[in-house]
Amino acid sequence: MTDAILTANFSKRFSGGPEIVTDDLHIGSGITVLFGASGSGKTTILRCLAGLERPEIGTIHFGEEIWFDAGRNIFLPSRKRGVGFVPQDYALFPHLTVARNVGYGLNDLPAAERTVREVETLHWLGLEGLENRLPRELSGGQQQRVALARAVVRRPRLLLLDEPLAALDTPTRLRLRGELRQLLRQLGIPTILVTHDRIEALALGDDVVVLHGGRNVQHGAVPGVFSRPVNLAVAEVIAVETIQLGHILEVRDGLATVAVEAARLTALATDLPAGVREVYVCIRAEDVILMRADTIQSSPRNRLVATVRTLTREGPLVRASLDCGFPLTALLTRPACEELDLREGGQLIALVKAPQVHLIPFAR
Amino acid sequence: MSSAEWQLVGFSLRMALASLLLILPVGLALAWWLARKDWRGKALVETLVSLPLVLPPVVTGLVLLQLFGRRGPVGSWLHTTFNYDVVFTWRAVVLALATMSLPLFVRAARTAFEEVDEKFEQLARTLGAGEWRVFFTITLPLAKRGVLAGTLLAFARALGEFGATIMVAGNIPGQTTTLPVAIYQAVENGEDVHAWTLAGVSAVIAFAAVFISEKLQRRRK
Repeated sequence: MTDAILTANFSKRFSGGPEIVTDDLHIGSGITVLFGASGSGKTTILRCLAGLERPEIGTIHFGEEIWFDAGRNIFLPSRKRGVGFVPQDYALFPHLTVARNVGYGLNDLPAAERTVREVETLHWLGLEGLENRLPRELSGGQQQRVALARAVVRRPRLLLLDEPLAALDTPTRLRLRGELRQLLRQLGIPTILVTHDRIEALALGDDVVVLHGGRNVQHGAVPGVFSRPVNLAVAEVIAVETIQLGHILEVRDGLATVAVEAARLTALATDLPAGVREVYVCIRAEDVILMRADTIQSSPRNRLVATVRTLTREGPLVRASLDCGFPLTALLTRPACEELDLREGGQLIALVKAPQVHLIPFAR
Repeated sequence: MSSAEWQLVGFSLRMALASLLLILPVGLALAWWLARKDWRGKALVETLVSLPLVLPPVVTGLVLLQLFGRRGPVGSWLHTTFNYDVVFTWRAVVLALATMSLPLFVRAARTAFEEVDEKFEQLARTLGAGEWRVFFTITLPLAKRGVLAGTLLAFARALGEFGATIMVAGNIPGQTTTLPVAIYQAVENGEDVHAWTLAGVSAVIAFAAVFISEKLQRRRK
């Protein structure tokens, strides 16, 4: 984690809704992902930071500035915070052209400089030629970029993005995910990004704050949080049991060989951009097949010798934490567990089919 | 139509337009406050603004007469400070028309403002815009159709105003007589053709105004 530029320690309650508590949140200068299911309070926190909602108690500090202090009755209005805000549906002004949407926040600049900035930003986001279009005449991806342009053209001190890719169709979302990461990196503006999508969190964030039931349950660098959730609540929010950093050794015939710690895994490389070296390797517990160690042949590509660390009963299922050079979690039924004679400390073979090893580029 | 009739129509149109100049700033501010803010006494103001819709117009006229007459609180102040008289002048006509048409305008404009999603205004604020800029560049343009429809409706209502006008402005030919008052007078005097001519003109203008207003409101849906 980098040094904190924003500290938030406030709570906000809507009538009927859960109380949202930030629990002394420190936001660094990179890209911080607020990650959680819907209703976990991500958007509320973002809106409080933007000055669009006023918390009941607590404080928000940005650098030396006080944005909010309930005790001293300080509330800096939105327009003075210098943040760039991109809501989930973008809220492009429907009656203004692309150029006027983008230029809206530059009102206090001299006309000449305004034009320079507009042109610069439109060029940077590849929006040239669309200046005179109205928002409804744009595709989803174009709208997203106009919203981003409108927010960043003012050179905000903090960028707030609410589910930036959620409004897009799947192919566009996949294409823009990598692009967005690049753009945010180039900008270098501290960014807080809200998402409920695990892959987006992995692909876009430096740090991640996991939110659950209105509370901040874990906060840290993305690889750490995702590979070592502090408790079951975080693990459930993340929803993939095994997430490990891996290193691509080779890509051949559409298959990638990945090194994870001492183990070698095979995965499909079809969705993997060329040139990617570092990846997150994600395996769901129910995709792991367990066999007795004396079995000889099997079709799955990934055949790992595993030692059973712990076994946890979850209703009709058993969650097995394995060590196969890296931590791997498997989920199996209790009868299966008995037939395999599974016990802690025992050895067996873990199998995972190549298509069930998901690779997410780790961009740094 | 005779030139006297043309003059009468012209005068009535000018009076109705002048009343719009009063209604627009007051009505827009009021509609915005009602649509966007919560304050104590809001319900009271809402009722007061709508009162002229249901009160007999002559009662509204009577109240205006009391307020703006030489001896009334507002009227005496205007007279001593600016030597400005209102009642039984064209100014009283404008005042009566504005008072009677304001409710229609405020209702239409308020609905139009309420239909503007606040997310646009909030976003404008994050981009550094103050409240005036937000209103004139976001709220008003997005509510344009509804506000325009309300303006036309208020204009049509003003052209047809009778009760309040006759109370505060009387019937001074060439100075305060408007179309409806002239029609009444014509019928009184048994000048049926004159009455019907003026009635026809009124109907045409009212039809056009309401027709366009409806069209504007329909298209938004």
